[in-house]
Amino acid sequence: MQRFVMAIDQGTTSTRCIVFDQNARLVAVAQREHRQYHPRPGWVEQDAVEIWRNVDRIVPQALRQAGIGAEQVVAMGITNQRETFVLWDRHTGVPVGRAIVWEDIRTEELVASLGKQPGIEEVRDRCGLPLATYFSAPSLRWMLDNTAGLRARAERGDVLFGTMDTWLIWNLTGGVNGGLHVTDVTNASRTMLMNLSTRQWDPMLLEFFGVPSVVLPEIRPSTEISGVTTRVVPGISITAALGDQHAALFGQTCFEKGSIKGTYGTGGFLLMNTGDELVRSKHGLLTTIGYQIGGEPAYALEGSIAVAGSLVQWFRDNLGLIHSAPEIETLARTVKDNGGCYIVPAFSGLFAPHWLAQARGLVVGLTSYINKGHLARAVLEATGWQTREVVDAMNADLGAPTPVLKVDGGMTADHLLMQFIADVLDIPVQRPLVAETVSLGAAYAAGLAAGYWPDLEGLRRNWHLAARWNPVMDAKYREAEYANWKRAVELTFAWARSSPST
Amino acid sequence: MLRLLARGSGHHGLTEIAASLGLARGTAHGILRTLQRVEFVEQDQATGRYRLGAALLHLGTSYLDANELRSRSINWADTLAARSGQEVRIGMHHDGAVLVVHHVFRPDDSVQTLGIGAMLPLHATALGKVLLAYDPDLSAAARRRELTSLTRRTITRAQMLERVLTEVRAQGWAGEAEEYMPGEASIAAPIRIPGGLVVGAIGISGAADRLCDSAGRPRQTLVRQVVQAADSVTTSLVDEN
Ligand SMILES: Nc1ncnc2c1ncn2[C@@H]1O[C@H](COP(=O)(O)OP(=O)(O)O)[C@@H](O)[C@H]1O
Ligand SMILES: [Mg+2]
Repeated sequence: MQRFVMAIDQGTTSTRCIVFDQNARLVAVAQREHRQYHPRPGWVEQDAVEIWRNVDRIVPQALRQAGIGAEQVVAMGITNQRETFVLWDRHTGVPVGRAIVWEDIRTEELVASLGKQPGIEEVRDRCGLPLATYFSAPSLRWMLDNTAGLRARAERGDVLFGTMDTWLIWNLTGGVNGGLHVTDVTNASRTMLMNLSTRQWDPMLLEFFGVPSVVLPEIRPSTEISGVTTRVVPGISITAALGDQHAALFGQTCFEKGSIKGTYGTGGFLLMNTGDELVRSKHGLLTTIGYQIGGEPAYALEGSIAVAGSLVQWFRDNLGLIHSAPEIETLARTVKDNGGCYIVPAFSGLFAPHWLAQARGLVVGLTSYINKGHLARAVLEATGWQTREVVDAMNADLGAPTPVLKVDGGMTADHLLMQFIADVLDIPVQRPLVAETVSLGAAYAAGLAAGYWPDLEGLRRNWHLAARWNPVMDAKYREAEYANWKRAVELTFAWARSSPST
Repeated sequence: MLRLLARGSGHHGLTEIAASLGLARGTAHGILRTLQRVEFVEQDQATGRYRLGAALLHLGTSYLDANELRSRSINWADTLAARSGQEVRIGMHHDGAVLVVHHVFRPDDSVQTLGIGAMLPLHATALGKVLLAYDPDLSAAARRRELTSLTRRTITRAQMLERVLTEVRAQGWAGEAEEYMPGEASIAAPIRIPGGLVVGAIGISGAADRLCDSAGRPRQTLVRQVVQAADSVTTSLVDEN
């Protein structure tokens, strides 16, 4: 009987279920998008029940497509959009409101006031993260403050908190009938509530954010989840969980210190493995747990870009200039350059390396010459230049240049964008044979935990080069364009300063 | 039925459609299902009413955006490269040639050059033969032009090409051994959009002695892998639409 590993990738725009064989080849994939709610400017919500229902559909669908039964699945790994969380009633399983998504900036003012509290430096030291709307704790605090009766229910122990890994594992392992309430260390490291050194919830951080500890799940290493599904498709062992960006780092087999990957989905996230060293960035990067397989964690430096693919999505849904995301490339190719137009997509403020919550997006360089082709180029180039800023920060922190960038995620199908990233970084960009690297990483972690794969070395041998983009852009042109981009970014700072809420 | 839907409110229930056209409910439903599959008709999720679909607007222009095809097929192209151990290309017709819209390296980590955007000859590659076989206009045009000889095995006679294309249609895949480059061979199969129209081809290429058996015929295991990949891409185009 041939055996397989399954991954569930609960992403920001969609949820996927993928089956891999022992050679890390994709055997089946089922996918469903879920709705994004924008009830007010800056608010981004999702329906956790819809996501759960999607999982309920895609898991059997993937098994059918692969032509296999549950007994052939050795292990399941869960990976997920990070920071997004939901609160739910432990007795009924019903969510308290919608899940608040990592892109949501409703806590802008709360964050500004928390930032003036004593102990804020200590907070950053303990959790490795700058105070920002991006992470779960401020939004959790907002929920507790703004939902009638919620704090009391939470303190009584009637309410559970979970990032999407936790929500899915709790439901898959039984829900109200004994569902496991656990999370993995990488997901926990994105809440601002976990101490990076002890890798446990930190009483000082809980106190700072006013979060009662009873709502929180147990933190476990990425490969020590140990649950068994009783719903959807019963009898599958859930052996691993990790945040999507951490799964991608793992799936790219970035096991050595210094290796870097960039994942381009809704946002863009560059992570560098720093091994057992907990590096504190001096250039606007985050310190996070890379992954924890067994005893000791691998740490990582992260440069987070809030808006990458979501700008394409916005171009499609809000402007209606294209019908599908990939058409952005077709449109961009109708012109030869950006025509002097730049888009800085500071929809959720600016993340790395600026961390400026009040920044808002802008389009500059408009003349009557500009058409939608130029705008499409500017959309794609925004992801390229944001990557350049993050890689510059990494190089500055490390004191050495990055030799190559390994990429994955939905946007890597964009040929023009990948070439542009190689051009602006002036280093080769490499795509591995499995574009679904996030899922592969979760499958790897799950398979390792179940003994399906023996060791990291074996996994490394599975990595093969599928595509490589070499830089060809003229150096003078590149630096002139970069200077323009930086000027555009500065304009968003100016806009932020002049806005009334600051 | 399409004319009816194009008229007035543009939203019609099944009963109303059947009654207006003097069709039995079952018949009307069957036709609607077919039109829905090719996206000429859409059904409102909430009300269950029917209206004209988005595909009608693009009728006669492009069937599927090349970059969209790359995005949709990337997983299955990767899988094909991993299973076959060969490089993979996806081609669409453009301007009398095969336009390579996607390329996956042979998974042996050797130095290779990304070939997206390259143009290949229709009559001398497996990708091209698939595109010709399912497009009568294209193959008629190809027959009228001179078939350039690239190796001593290239098909240069129109009649011969026609015979080969008939065979491609009969078997559902195309092969080629040393017709494009000495020592090289390729195998390809059609990618279809809902409704059955072939919009592209996916295939592998590599050393002729790897792809073909001792008699010079494409190896059956590889053919199966290519056809399976093409079918998976075709299915994914139905699913997500
Ligand atoms: N060919 C393309 N060009 C540009 N953007 C794309 C392309 N294909 C997909 N995208 C973008 O990639 C994102 C989806 O990628 P994915 O990795 O699934 O994201 P996530 O995991 O964050 O949900 C969407 O935001 C979409 O707009
Ligand atoms: Mg993802």
